[in-house]
Amino acid sequence: MKSQLTMRQKDQRLAWFLIAPSLVIILGVTLYPILNTLYLSFFEAPAGINLPKTFVGLENYRGLLTDPTFWATIGRTLYFTIVSVGLELILGLAIAQLIQSHPPGWRFLRVSLIIPWAIPTIVNGAMWRWIYSADFGALNGLLQELGIITRYQVWLVKPASAMNLVILADLWHVLPFAALIFQAALAALPEELDEAAKVDGANAWKRFWYIRLPQLRLAILVVLIVRTVEAFRVFDIVYIITRGGPAFATMTITYLTYLETFAYGKLGTGAALSFLISLFTLLMAVIYIRFLYRPQEQSE
Amino acid sequence: MRTFQRTALLMVAVLLVISVVGCQSTSETQAPAGEKAIVRVLTMDQAAMSVDQMNEVATEFMAANPDITIEMTYVPYEQVHDKFVTGAATTPPAYDVVMTDVVWYDEFIKKGYLTDITDKATQEMKDDIFPTAWNVVTRNGKSYGMPWLLDTKYLFYNTDLLQQAGFTNPPKTWEELLTMAQAMKDQGLVEYPIVWSWAQAEAAICDFTALLYGNGGTFLDESGQPAFNNEQGVAVLEWMKSTIDNGLSNPASAQYLEGDVLNTFAQGKAAFALNWLFMYDVANFDTENSQVTGKVGITNIPVFESIGGNPPSASVDGSSGFSITATSPNVEAAWKYVTFLTSLDTQMKYSSNQLPIWATAYEGENLDTLKAASRSNPVTVPAFADQFQYAVLRPNIAYYQEGSTALQLALQEALTGQKTPQEALDAAAAKWAELAAQ
Repeated sequence: MKSQLTMRQKDQRLAWFLIAPSLVIILGVTLYPILNTLYLSFFEAPAGINLPKTFVGLENYRGLLTDPTFWATIGRTLYFTIVSVGLELILGLAIAQLIQSHPPGWRFLRVSLIIPWAIPTIVNGAMWRWIYSADFGALNGLLQELGIITRYQVWLVKPASAMNLVILADLWHVLPFAALIFQAALAALPEELDEAAKVDGANAWKRFWYIRLPQLRLAILVVLIVRTVEAFRVFDIVYIITRGGPAFATMTITYLTYLETFAYGKLGTGAALSFLISLFTLLMAVIYIRFLYRPQEQSE
Repeated sequence: MRTFQRTALLMVAVLLVISVVGCQSTSETQAPAGEKAIVRVLTMDQAAMSVDQMNEVATEFMAANPDITIEMTYVPYEQVHDKFVTGAATTPPAYDVVMTDVVWYDEFIKKGYLTDITDKATQEMKDDIFPTAWNVVTRNGKSYGMPWLLDTKYLFYNTDLLQQAGFTNPPKTWEELLTMAQAMKDQGLVEYPIVWSWAQAEAAICDFTALLYGNGGTFLDESGQPAFNNEQGVAVLEWMKSTIDNGLSNPASAQYLEGDVLNTFAQGKAAFALNWLFMYDVANFDTENSQVTGKVGITNIPVFESIGGNPPSASVDGSSGFSITATSPNVEAAWKYVTFLTSLDTQMKYSSNQLPIWATAYEGENLDTLKAASRSNPVTVPAFADQFQYAVLRPNIAYYQEGSTALQLALQEALTGQKTPQEALDAAAAKWAELAAQ
C-alpha cells in the first residue's frame, strides 16, 4: 500500500516536472499580461517615449463607469452578443438536426459547412463589405432581381441596419462551428431512447425537445461559452466592414478599447477597459456553468 | 530522483531568464559599423505618390547607398497613425521613418516620437523649400521631419456631363454647383451628381474644412475655443444633409473614403467630387481604372455666396512630412533616405501624383521641365498654384485625434438624422473644450 502511494506521488512529481516548462510559458503569456494590465489600469499612462505615468487609483474605472459612451457601447456589444449567439444556437441546432436526419446529400452539406468557417475573419469581412456595397454589391443586385427593392440601397449608412448586417456577416462565418458541434453531439446520442419514445407515440418535435435537447446540454454549454466570449470581444469584422460607424452605431467594446489605447494613446483607460472586458467574460462563463453544468452527467 | 528534478527545474528556470535577458540585450544594441543598416519605412497607399513610385525611389536609393536597406510598409492612411504609435512602444521601434500627416505633428512631438532635424537640414533646404511646407513639420522653431507633400483638395468635374447639361464653365459657388447638379439630375444624366468622402474618418473632416471656411466659419475662435458650432458651421452641416436628402449628393458618401470617391467619379457616376491631386492622373488617363478619361476637369473649390467671394475659394491643407522616430538606432541612414525621397530631383521625377515642395521647381527652366515631367503636370501645376493658396490648415492641437473623432461622430449623427446639426456640433464642441482643458 505504502509503496503504491509513493509510486503515485512519484508519478505526480514527474507529471509536474514535465509540464513545468509549458506552465511557466503559459503563465508568462497569460497571468503576467493580465496582472500588468491591472497594474497599468490604475495609472494615467499616455503613450509616448519616456512619458511619466501618474497613479490615479480607480479614476480610470470611475471615468468609464460614469461615461454614457461606455454604457451605450456595452449595450451595443450585448445586442451583438445576444442576437448573434441566439441565432447561432437556434440555427446551429436546426442545421445539426437536418444533417442528422440524413437527407440526400447530407455528406456534401456537412463538408460544405466547413468552408465559411475556414475563411479568415478578415477575408470574410472584406467579402461582406463588397456584398453590402452601395454601388456594386451582390445584396443590392439580388434584391433588385427579386423585385424587393427598386433602386440600390446604401445599407451601411443606416445606423439601425448597420449592426444587423455586421451580425449577419459574422453569423455566416461562425454558424458552422455551432452546427458541427451540435451535429457531433447528436450523432453520439444513444438511439434506444429515441426509439423507445417513438414506440410510446412521441412525435418528432417531442422527441427532440424532451429527449435529445436535454442530452445536448454539455454541447450547448461549450458553444455558449466559446461563442459568447468571442462575440463579446468582436473586433475584426467591425473594423473591416464599418470601422465602428455610422455614427458609432457598430462601435463595440473592443473597438472602443482600440480607439482609447492606440488612436488616443490613453494606455491606462485602455487597460481598465480590457480588464473590465475580461471580468465580464469571466462572469458570463461562471453564469453558464452554474446553470448548465451538472457534474453527475459526467459519471453517467 | 528528487535532486535530479530540482536540478532540471533550476536549469529550465535559468535558461528562461537568460533567454529573456538575452532578448533585451540584443534588442538594444545598435547596428555595428560595417553592417548593413536597415531603415523601416511606414507610409500610406492612398493619395500622393503611388506604391510603385515609392518602391522605385527605394530601389534607386539602395542602388546609390549599398550599405542601407530600405524596407517599405504600406497601409491605408486610416491605419498609419495607430500602427506607428503601437510600433513606437518598443525599443528599437518597429519603424524608423514614418509619413506624418500635418495634423499628427503636435501629438507626436508632445509624446517625444520624432527626431528634431533642425540642425541636419542644410541652408539650401531651408531657403529653397516653400515656407508653407516647412510649417507642416515645424513647431516653435524646431523641425521634426522633412516636408514631403504639399497637397490640397480640388473640385473635380466631369466636363462631358457639364456640357450635356448645357453649362460651359465649372461653378464658382456652392449655390451654382447645386443648380448645375439639379439640372443634371432632372435631365437624367446622372442619378447622384455629387460624391463626397464623408465616412466616419479624417476624410470627412477634410471636406468639412473646405465647406466650413467657404462659409466664413472657423474651427477655433481667437481664444482657442471651438467655434465650428456657430451659425456658419451649423449652416454648413445643414447644407450637407440637405444635399443628401434631396438626392444631389450620393447617399453612399456617408460611408465613402477618398478611394471610393475616385471609383465613383471614374465610373462616370458623379459629375462633381472633391479629392486630392492624385485623382487627376488616374481619372483622366488610366483607361484601366477609369471610364471618364479625357473628360476630367480640375478647378478651385467653390465657396458659399454668403461670403461674397472673399476668399474666392476655400480648401483644406492635407500636407505631410517624413519624420524619423526618436528611438531609431539608424537615424543617420534614415535621414539619408528622407532627404533622398524629398530631394528636388526625386520630386521632379515623380510629380504625376504630387507636386514638389521646392519653390525652385516652379522657377525658370525647372518649371518647363516640371510641366513636361508627366502627362498630368501641364494641368495640375497651374491648378496647384491656383488652389493651394486657399488651403486651410486644420487646428494644430495635441488632442487632434480625439477631437477629430468627436467631430466625425457629430457629422455622422447629423447626416444619419440621429441629431440635428446644431445638437451634434454642440456636443462635439463640448468635447473639444473638455479635451483642451485636460
